[in-house]
Amino acid sequence: MDTSTPTRWITPAGLIPVAIAGSLFVWFAQMIPVIAAGDTLRFLWEWVPSLGVNFSFYIDGLSLTFALLITGIGALVMLYSARYLAGHVHQARFSLFLTSFMLSMIGLVLSDNLLILFVFWELTTITSYLLIGFNHDTLKARRSALQALMMTGVGGLALLAGIILIGTTAGTFEMSQINQMPGVLTQSVMYLPILMLVLAGAFTKSAQMPFHFWLPNAMAAPTPVSAYLHSATMVKAGIYLLARTHPSLSGTDVWLWTLTIAGAVTMVFASIMALRQTDLKLALAYTTLMALGALTLLLGNESGYTITAAATFLIVHSLYKAALFLVVGIMDAQTGTRDADKLFGMGKAMPITAIAAGIAALSMAGFPPFLGFIGKELKYAGAIAVASEPIIVAGAFLIASALMVAIAGIVSFRPFWSKSGTPIAGVKEAPWPMLVGPVVLASMGAFFGIFPDVLANSLVNPTVAAIIGNAEPAKELKLWAGVNLPLFLSIATFMLGFTLYYYKIQIRTALIRMTTAAPSFDNGWDTLMAGIASGSKALTRMIQTGVLRQYMFVTFATALVAMGATLFIRTTGIPSVGWPDIELWDWLVFLLVLLGAGLTVVTNSRITAIAGLGVVGIGMAMIFILFSAPDVAITQLLVETLVVVLFAAAALKLPELDKERLGARPLDALIALGFGVVTTIIVMKVTAGPIDRELTTFFETASWPEAFGQNIVNVILVDFRALDTFGEIAVVLIAAISIFALLKSKPEEDKP
Amino acid sequence: MNSVILIAGARLQAVLLLVFSAYMLLRGHNAPGGGFIGGLIAATGFVVYAIACGTQDARKALRFDPGSIAGAGLGIALFAGVMAVFWGDAFFTGQWLFIGATEDSKGLPLSSVLIFDIGVYLVVLGAVLSITFSLEEAV
Repeated sequence: MDTSTPTRWITPAGLIPVAIAGSLFVWFAQMIPVIAAGDTLRFLWEWVPSLGVNFSFYIDGLSLTFALLITGIGALVMLYSARYLAGHVHQARFSLFLTSFMLSMIGLVLSDNLLILFVFWELTTITSYLLIGFNHDTLKARRSALQALMMTGVGGLALLAGIILIGTTAGTFEMSQINQMPGVLTQSVMYLPILMLVLAGAFTKSAQMPFHFWLPNAMAAPTPVSAYLHSATMVKAGIYLLARTHPSLSGTDVWLWTLTIAGAVTMVFASIMALRQTDLKLALAYTTLMALGALTLLLGNESGYTITAAATFLIVHSLYKAALFLVVGIMDAQTGTRDADKLFGMGKAMPITAIAAGIAALSMAGFPPFLGFIGKELKYAGAIAVASEPIIVAGAFLIASALMVAIAGIVSFRPFWSKSGTPIAGVKEAPWPMLVGPVVLASMGAFFGIFPDVLANSLVNPTVAAIIGNAEPAKELKLWAGVNLPLFLSIATFMLGFTLYYYKIQIRTALIRMTTAAPSFDNGWDTLMAGIASGSKALTRMIQTGVLRQYMFVTFATALVAMGATLFIRTTGIPSVGWPDIELWDWLVFLLVLLGAGLTVVTNSRITAIAGLGVVGIGMAMIFILFSAPDVAITQLLVETLVVVLFAAAALKLPELDKERLGARPLDALIALGFGVVTTIIVMKVTAGPIDRELTTFFETASWPEAFGQNIVNVILVDFRALDTFGEIAVVLIAAISIFALLKSKPEEDKP
Repeated sequence: MNSVILIAGARLQAVLLLVFSAYMLLRGHNAPGGGFIGGLIAATGFVVYAIACGTQDARKALRFDPGSIAGAGLGIALFAGVMAVFWGDAFFTGQWLFIGATEDSKGLPLSSVLIFDIGVYLVVLGAVLSITFSLEEAV
């Protein structure tokens, strides 16, 4: 995208989303005083109260922090996109997707009812699928979008199962109430399944190892999308879920160790992988993974230090990462490349971008006096306070933070100020709408670094209170906390980070050599997908033979075995019934049915067989008439007539019955006879006992006074059980449509 | 099949069956009959007509696409169910109107239940004909 030529960018498609996001931000911002004072807000509209599904929204420190990040960064990113995508054919579509995503995300973080939360959770999955696949004419974008959809979609299903278990265990789906019941989940027998399912949802969404690989691939999306979804919002949905369920799910060894191990492994792996990349956007994607790992790790604990660190780092990371993504987008737009080995010496040409990038990077690297420094100090303090293995956790943070220092240099120092390559000529500063985002986000990092109390009082403390309650007050955010262990760790971080930056090329070469040899998760994904496809194809071939006889055989054999086995296990003996008191008429009908059945079985002509079946059907209808069920009898007669007509129409075109295949008949006969015997025994057993006439009596007495009808069958159909009938006629219609579609669609080889 | 006798008979029969089906539909609440049976009878008339004169003529005689008839029937049935909500009753509660009712007789009873049965009639008619016509056109 060449932004040097002036394009008309003030368009409704570009600016309406900015207005929406901006006004939502203001609306949420005016709630800060209420929330900071320790209150919470709750909105409720009942939807399906009988199922416990309500549109209930809950605003406390945690959800407000997320809502502000989503709308604030959203407004800036949308302003940026208005210019970045100005003149793009599908700009309106992009705006629609991005706005829908933002609204789903807001819904997710504000939902109190877990089922509503799930709906929004899935909406973010779908909208992010559309956004990642925005450049749908490239194979890579389509594949990445599908991969993200599958990964987060599978996780979403697991989450739904977990939510239902939570609802049945706690008796409510309102998270604010569940969090008020200490131990209701942790002491339940269902705790482990609930935890595993919820974590499956959170880990896939927040791309924890081993579900991480979709996130770097999602960089196929346009840069504003990456800046928004894959730094500040969507991938943080998993983190949000962990924080939201923290009060009721945490505090066990399983929670502590699962989150610690997943978080630590993801963090270290991702920061090493980040150093391997030459594409600046990919490098940032891996540092996002690192941040998600760090947040997961911190949320595994319950101490005031770790949770304060998590709340602060959440904000810090969103600010600097969105800024840096936008900066990389600017570089890409102005030069056409994101390759770290090609971008040098642009600092003089684009000073504002360079300065914004520098400030954001200093925050990322954790230098004082930026907010990143406070975040890092808190992380170290939190690491020392973890309940698992303080030394290992602190070591993991040290490695990850040092690598962050190196990456910060690579992303925002080298392209602008380094003299180690040929400077790119003719670069221009980006237009102002694209600069606002990085500048504002970077300055926020600096502002909050100098005045940490503002952030602490407005957002961090209420967030911490929302996660761990008032058990332990949030730790103070300050730039100078005295000479302590975190400070020494910080100094060590900088020294290690500078060394890594100095040897970055050598390290990258070594890493590339190592990782190309190692098996890749991404290829494993392809293998898995191909395996599922071929497996289901083989299974389909096995059970869908296309031979109607086999389907019928399997169906009846299964039913026979199921009924026979139940009969054998549940009951004993065959009830003796006396010689039935039947008339001559009955005998004649009985004979007629027998004749019809015999004719159907022995004939070789299809028409004769159909006629034989018709005789059986008419015999059945006559039995209904003899037992005074005229409605059933009429229906039976009509259906029989229609079936014979329909079959006759088709049978005219079919060949004679194949005599070769008749060899299989003994088996068919066995099943048919077995079926008849089992059904007869069941009917005998049913009629042997006294018949419960409660329903019959009810309908007999209620039919006329309540439904004004004398024909009970009809009254049941259209009044007492009208809903059932409605379902049945819907099925009739669906069957008709399916048959229509089957007959109208030609086999594939016939198509031109 | 090009048989003059069959064509003439089928036409006459179709008319009679249609009238009979309406009769069965309307008497259904108090005597054997109803929407399902009525729909089947009407369908039989058209099926025979289609065999005698070809599906093209039968479609023309039907005037509407059978699929649309079935769809409309489902819509009417749903409407009959929703009607109850306007009177503050639960979904699918029967609503009755007795026109000209006196002490001795109930007058002319009209009801949402009848509308529902008409919906059933149309669904059955449309679905059976949709299947029959496309089957006959396919073979």
